[in-house]
Order: sequence, then C-alpha cells, then structure tokens
Amino acid sequence: LCHFFVQVENVRLLDRLSSRKAVLGTLYLTATHVIFVENGSETRKETWVLHSQISSIEKQATTATGCPLLIRCKNFQVIQLVIPQERDCHDVYISLIRLARPVKYEELYCFSFNPKLDKEEREQGWKLVNLNEEYNRMGVPNNYWQICDVNRDYGVCDSYPTEVYVPKSATAHIIVGSSKFRSRRRFPALSYYCKDNNASICRSSQPLSGFSARCLEDEQMLQAIRKANPGSDFIYVVDTRPKLNAMANRAAGKGYENEDNYSNIKFQFIGIENIHVMRNSLQKMLEVCELKSPSMSDFLWGLENSGWLKHIKAIMDAGIFIAKAVAEEGVSVLVHCSDGWDRTAQVCSVASLLLDPYYRTMKGFMVLIEKDWVSFGHKFNHRYGNLDGDPKEISPVIDQFIECVWQLMEQFPCAFEFNERFLIHIQHHIYSCQFGNFLCNSQKERRELKIQERTYSLWAHLWKNRADYLNPLYRPDHSQNQGTLHPQIALCNFLYKFWSGMYNRFEKGLHPRQSVTDYLMAVKEETQQLEEELEVLGERLANLQKSQLGDNKVESKQQDRSKQLRLSTSNNSLANTPQEYSNDLKSFPSRSPSQGDEEDSALILTQDNLKSSDPDLSANSDQESGVEDLSCRSPSGGGCLPSEDSGKDSDEAVFLAG
Amino acid sequence: MLRSSQPLTGPNRRRCREDETLLGTILDEGERGFIIDTRSAQAAKQACMTGGGTEPKSSYPQWRRLHRPLERGRLLQESFAKLVEACSDPSLSMDRWLGRLESSRWLSHVKAALSTACLAAQCMDREEAKVLVHGAEGTDTTLLVTALAQVILDPSCRTLAGFQGLLEREWIQAGHPFHLRCAHSAYSHARLKQEAPLFLLFLDCVWQLSRQFPFSLEFGEHLLLSLFDHAYASAYGTFLCNNEKERSLCKVKESTHSLWAWLNRPEEQQKILNPLYSHNALVIWPSVEPQSIQLWQGLFLRWIRPSQHLDEAWAEIQRLVKEN
Repeated sequence: LCHFFVQVENVRLLDRLSSRKAVLGTLYLTATHVIFVENGSETRKETWVLHSQISSIEKQATTATGCPLLIRCKNFQVIQLVIPQERDCHDVYISLIRLARPVKYEELYCFSFNPKLDKEEREQGWKLVNLNEEYNRMGVPNNYWQICDVNRDYGVCDSYPTEVYVPKSATAHIIVGSSKFRSRRRFPALSYYCKDNNASICRSSQPLSGFSARCLEDEQMLQAIRKANPGSDFIYVVDTRPKLNAMANRAAGKGYENEDNYSNIKFQFIGIENIHVMRNSLQKMLEVCELKSPSMSDFLWGLENSGWLKHIKAIMDAGIFIAKAVAEEGVSVLVHCSDGWDRTAQVCSVASLLLDPYYRTMKGFMVLIEKDWVSFGHKFNHRYGNLDGDPKEISPVIDQFIECVWQLMEQFPCAFEFNERFLIHIQHHIYSCQFGNFLCNSQKERRELKIQERTYSLWAHLWKNRADYLNPLYRPDHSQNQGTLHPQIALCNFLYKFWSGMYNRFEKGLHPRQSVTDYLMAVKEETQQLEEELEVLGERLANLQKSQLGDNKVESKQQDRSKQLRLSTSNNSLANTPQEYSNDLKSFPSRSPSQGDEEDSALILTQDNLKSSDPDLSANSDQESGVEDLSCRSPSGGGCLPSEDSGKDSDEAVFLAG
Repeated sequence: MLRSSQPLTGPNRRRCREDETLLGTILDEGERGFIIDTRSAQAAKQACMTGGGTEPKSSYPQWRRLHRPLERGRLLQESFAKLVEACSDPSLSMDRWLGRLESSRWLSHVKAALSTACLAAQCMDREEAKVLVHGAEGTDTTLLVTALAQVILDPSCRTLAGFQGLLEREWIQAGHPFHLRCAHSAYSHARLKQEAPLFLLFLDCVWQLSRQFPFSLEFGEHLLLSLFDHAYASAYGTFLCNNEKERSLCKVKESTHSLWAWLNRPEEQQKILNPLYSHNALVIWPSVEPQSIQLWQGLFLRWIRPSQHLDEAWAEIQRLVKEN
C-alpha cells in the first residue's frame, strides 16, 4: 500500500476539447504521484502523474461548479481538475507546489522506484551502453587519436567525463593550457570520428579571447585537431550562436576564435538562439496548443509567432553543415556555443546521426545520447528541473534535438530502426526522474550521488521493451541506411511539420486513429511466424514422405491466419467518434451528450490498449501501490491490434468555432 | 441526403407549391430535416436581391436551415495560387513560409469543407435526419459537401469502385463544370472568372481522411494525384465538358476513352490500391483541429521535394503486406 497525503472526493477531470465531458472521481496525492481515479463501476480508469513531470500549477477563479486547478506537465500533458471545496483545492495546490519542487535528489522517484530486479540485473542494465566500446567502434584510439585521462579526478574540467579523446599531438600541457582559455574549462575534445576519411567532429566551449587575448596552448590544440586529419589542411570552427551574441560575449572577456590568430581555420557562425529564446518559443507554442477551438489561421499564426519550427530548422541546418563538411569535404569541425553543453550537444548529435547509420539504430541512439549529452555534461538538472532551481535555466534543449530526429524520421521513414513512440518515451523519462540516467548536471555529480548503485537505467527498460519501439519499415540494407543521410535538399521549410504526437500527445482525438506502425509490426511478426511454421511443416512433410511411402495423405494444419489478422484490423471502433462539428448546440437538442452508439462506448477502454512499456502505465505497474492497479494486458498476442497510445476519442467535444 | 441549387425566392418572396410539396414529401409527419446552405447568411440574403435566396421558414416549416459558408470561385482560386507560389520558393525563411501558408488560407478551406461535410454526416448518422445541401448554383460547394459526406459515411464509397462511382455521380453527372473550373490551374495569370479548384479541394479533403484513417480507404495518394492531373489535362474523356448535356452533344462517350477503364487495369491498380486497406464498416469521423489538418505535401511539393525515400517507404509497406 502506498501512503497518500491528500484525498479529495468528487473531483472532476475535464477534457480540454469538451468541457461537457467531465469525469467524476477521487484525487490522491502520494509522495511521488498525483493520481485521479474515476468513479464508475466497470473501468475505474486511473490517471497517474509523476510530481517530477509537473511544470506548473495554476489555481483558477472559483466558479459555481468548484475550484479549477490546472496542472501543466513537462511531457505536455495538461490536466484540468475541478475541486468542489475551495479549502481542499488550496490544500492540493499548496501540497503540489511543494511536491513538484523537490529540494533534495533523494526526494526523486528514481530512488524509490522498484521494478523488482535483482542487483545483478540492475548492474547489467547500467552496462548496456558502454562508451569505451563506442569509441572503439568509431575507430579510436588509433594513430591520430588517443584517450586522455588528464581529467581523471575532474581536476581539469568538472563538467567533462573522466575520459575524453584528444589528438595524438595534444599533450597534457596543451590540454590543460587550452582548458584555462575555455569557458567552464571545456577544452576541445572528440565527439565523432569518421574512420573513412579521418575527419572528426570536436566540441568545446567558447574561448576566453575577449577582444585580443591569445593562448598558445589553445591555438596548438586546434592545430592538433587539424593535424589529426592528414586529408585536410584546415578545420572549420563553427560557433552555433548568432554573431551578435558572440560579439557581445567579447565584452565579457569571452568570444570566438579569430582567424588571424588560429592558423588554418575557417570560422563560421550558425545562428541558433539561446536557451531563453527557446524557452519562450516553446511557451508560446504550448499556448497555441491550449487554445480552445482555434481556427486554422489562429493556429498557423501562433505557430509562426512562436518561432519554434524556425529554431528546429536552425539546429538541423547546423547539423547538416557539419555532416557535409565531414562526409563530403573530409574536413574536421570544431563546434562550440557559449558553454558547449546546449547548442553544441544538439548540433553534434544531429550531425552524428546524419553521418553514421549506427546512431539510427535503437542501441546506437541510446549510445549517442549517452555520449553527447550525458557524458559531456549537459545540465539535465538545471534544464529540466529535477530539483527546484532557477527558472531561467529551464529550456527544452534536448526536446529540440529529439524533435529534429522526428522530423528526419518523417522524411526518411526507412532510415531509423526505432519509431516515434521510442522518442516520445525517452522525452517522457528525461523529465520523469523515474530512472537515474538524466539526473544532475555532470558525470561527477552522478558519481558522487552513486546514481548507478541506487537507481535503474532507462536504457535497460527501453531495451527490454524494444519490440514496442521498432520501426517496421527499417531494413539495414536499405539505401537510406548506407552511410550518410542527405537531407539538404529534402529539408526545406515546408517539410517541417508540427509534431502533434508530442505536443498534443494526450489528445487522442487529434491523431490518426489507426496506427500503421503497430499494424505493420504485427504483420511482420506474423509473416515471420508463418515462415517458421512453414519450415517446420516442410520438415515434417519430408519425414512423413520418407516413412510412409505408399500413403499419399498428408495432413497439414492450414489455418486461415490471414483471416485472423484481417479480423483484428477491423476492430475499428477505435476510429469512430465524431467531434463537435456544429457551432450551434441548439441544432441537436434531441441528443444528450451521453448517448452514444454501442461501438463508441467500446473505445473508452483505453487501458487495455496501452503498451505495457507505456510510461503512462509503467508507474501503475509499480507493485507497491495500494491504489487499485489496473494491470495492462500487453497486446502482443498477434491477434490483437493495439492502436498507438490508444484510441480513446472524445465523444462530442466542445463546439468548433466555424 | 439531397442536393439542389438555391430556391429562386427573389426580393418578392416568391413561393413554389411544387418545390414545397417535394421537400415536404421527403420528410415524415413531425420529422425534421436540415438544409445546409454553403453560403453565409448574409450572402444568401443578398442573393435574394438578384432573384435567388433561401427557403423561408414559413413555407418549409419542417426544415431547419444551417449556414456554413464555403469559399468558392475567384477567392478559392487565389487561395490556391498563393499556396502554390509559397511552395515554389525554398529560400523563404520559416517565418515567411508559415506566414504565406496562413495568408493563402488554403488549409482553412480544407478545414471548413471537412467540418461542413462532417456536419452533414452528423445530421444523418447521429440525428437520423434528412439533409438538403445547396449553395447558389449547386455545382460547386454543394458537390464538395455531398461527395465528402458520403466518403465519411459510407464504406462502399471508400472502395476503389465505390469511389469511382461517387466521382461519376457527385461530380461528373451532377454537373460540376470541369471545363470551366479546371482550365488553367495555379500558374495562370489570366485570372479566369470561372476558374476554381473545388475538385482539388475535394481531393485534398479525401487525402486528409486517408491520413487520419490509413486503413479505411481502398486507394492511396497516387490515385488522388492522378485524378488531379486528369481533371486539368487528360488523354481520356471522363472530365471533359461541363455537364452531361455537353458531353452528349460532343459525343464524348463515342469518341473518347474512359479514365476508369485505364485506372482499373491490373497494372494501374497495383499503383493505386492501398496495401493497408481493410474494410471499415463504421463511419469515419475526422478530427478538424488545425493540428490534424496538414499540408498535402504529395501534391503541393510534388515537384519540389525528392520523393525517393517516401516511395521506398511505400514500396516497403507493400512488400511487407504482400509477403504476409
């Protein structure tokens, strides 16, 4: 049994699209979750929200029906509750404020989450992604690159990992000297090595050059990078900031590399905006998503005004530039922004993804995040608010990277081993703090907290459920998977789409009602089973023919399997409830909202259709909870057609304004 | 579901017993019907001045009128032209692109068309009421609504054969003036008065449905693109002329080949059938939220973006299904 601090009865959970469609239930607050349990005999549907997911809580003006409370989550779920008594509402509000702003790491869910694995399994889970193996796979260490342990006690740079790769000709002296000339001591280090042509992507922070300062070691560092690629006589230095920002930094004693001082570099600004601009951009876009019955114009104007897609494209364009430099020109690139842990991470990982098909596999993608985000000290805690902190540090940096991946998936449907659900669940867990991977701001902090001994790895969890995350169209031998992806022609403005699967994730009515991915996975699985069965039957037939020479009768069990699959696809009740298309309620006074067809009410059984790996439920399956646990049937029996993230549709939504 | 053109009520509130009787007999005693007028209330009122108008409540007591203005004519053509222009410039910044997309209003028209068709379908399916659809002439937005409503309501219209039948019935025989409407498409500077992409708007709406219900239409995007092509320029006679009378006078059936005959050959069927199709007996209700309505890239970016990777994906889907 779990303990709840607060229990409030007769709370209404509103549906964003249909204010008429409110559900009555009981609200619980536990140490880790907000739980709403629907009244009603059959389903008792539960909605669980982790406190870590809560981004903001808004108490709205009391109305005749009660006190509205709006909970906005970092995974874009928006929960609107109406609590009958003002005092209860206030209690909930105050409690949630405190619960959603933990002060100590120990308060986080990952320290109490218990998936019932033994110690061995937990350790194995953490070993699933091994960066040493990854660097070896890339082809280092070799004649040009070596592993460097000068930071073994985090003495040189406390936000870097203990082990980084540097050019062979970069001595410890050069590295240390360079680190003193770089913001946060983040000296140039290897992010990606292309063994085909020795070109590399290196990353750092901005140099402390001010207007005229120089540092011999830093200049030598860049030369070392150049020398590590004999195929080219210069390197690109890419500053991902807008020129104006970089120049302004000079006044503060920082800045960017002067081509006159650094021999053989070609310097380039890319112009991605800073974390504050991105935070505001997302905020504006979410406001558009919260509009009630927006017109097409409202929506498009709001989207434009937010600038969100423009920023996504800027990150993508930077990644493309770097990938081109490496793959087509064979030139190494040094990437930095200000501190080298936000835009640098985004751009390096996009470039790597374009360059190397390995990162487009499921395992490779986990490795990529582990390398360029986790190990290189992206400030997860500050950016995603594990603990209560400075709101100005919050920014959707990794969200933007994940969206770049999704945009690429839409243009190259065969090129990724994983599907959209994989991306959505990763994003979810970056904020959920259910696993320990994305805690703290650096490897150093995580080791101090002994994260690996005290929490579980998300990667193991995802890997265990990888069947849910596969892309049925992926084939390693496809042309899209031989080498570099070339999106430069493909990805002009008009191809960027609004990712409703992420930003309207919980509004089932908005999405295609039938999941092609799930269907094709089922088809693929079935084909495989049939082929295996065919083999077995073939052997049996051969044996029979050998042993029964005169007997021509051979029975084979030919079931009409395809019929079975067809039957499952005609479970179309998921597809069908109408929105409110009429402007005018008075049009249909004869029908009360609760009336619906038999077929429609069938689709309210959401729970049964969610994948067992779905994070909305994985919290439920925490056996320690005493609140009724609706176990989810994992629909992998082949005969069932699950719809991605279920197809619960709003039965008569609010009016559409013309 | 019925369709017609506007009643010629005129400024003097003319009545017509036969028309009233006709609409009266359709409804049972005490039953209610809906008239969906694809003009705004104001436009309908103005039409009165020039001899047209609406059905007055007093003469048609059992019918309830709903106005759902749908764009047609010159404004729709301009919307189309603006969108095509916006799509032809890849150097535009993202802001400019979104701005131009919005100001073209094409997607707004798609949303409005789908919403109105859904409303008609809702009247029939949910309210079990009869519906009369008309605009002014009954040859443009009227057909858009009735045809789309049938795709939404009727599974047989979602089969390849059924969809062809729907086109024949609701567009060709119903007298959509293809010759006038589909003369020059988006690049023409001529600004022809009668030019308007209603049929394209219909195809776009069908594409939106296929995106939202990927298993429920027996045909795919390839068919819709083909139909778009053939409406404007074709080696086949199916979309010639403006109505059955003209086709008869021009002896179209005797002197040309039918597009359907060509499309129904096995080689073509290969390309146009949807490998994911599975008969869906239910009504398909689309979401008309802005997030659910997308730019039909396959049409508007057809010559701008390379389709290689998407074609590969489609081929892979076909392969997976066939193997099974």
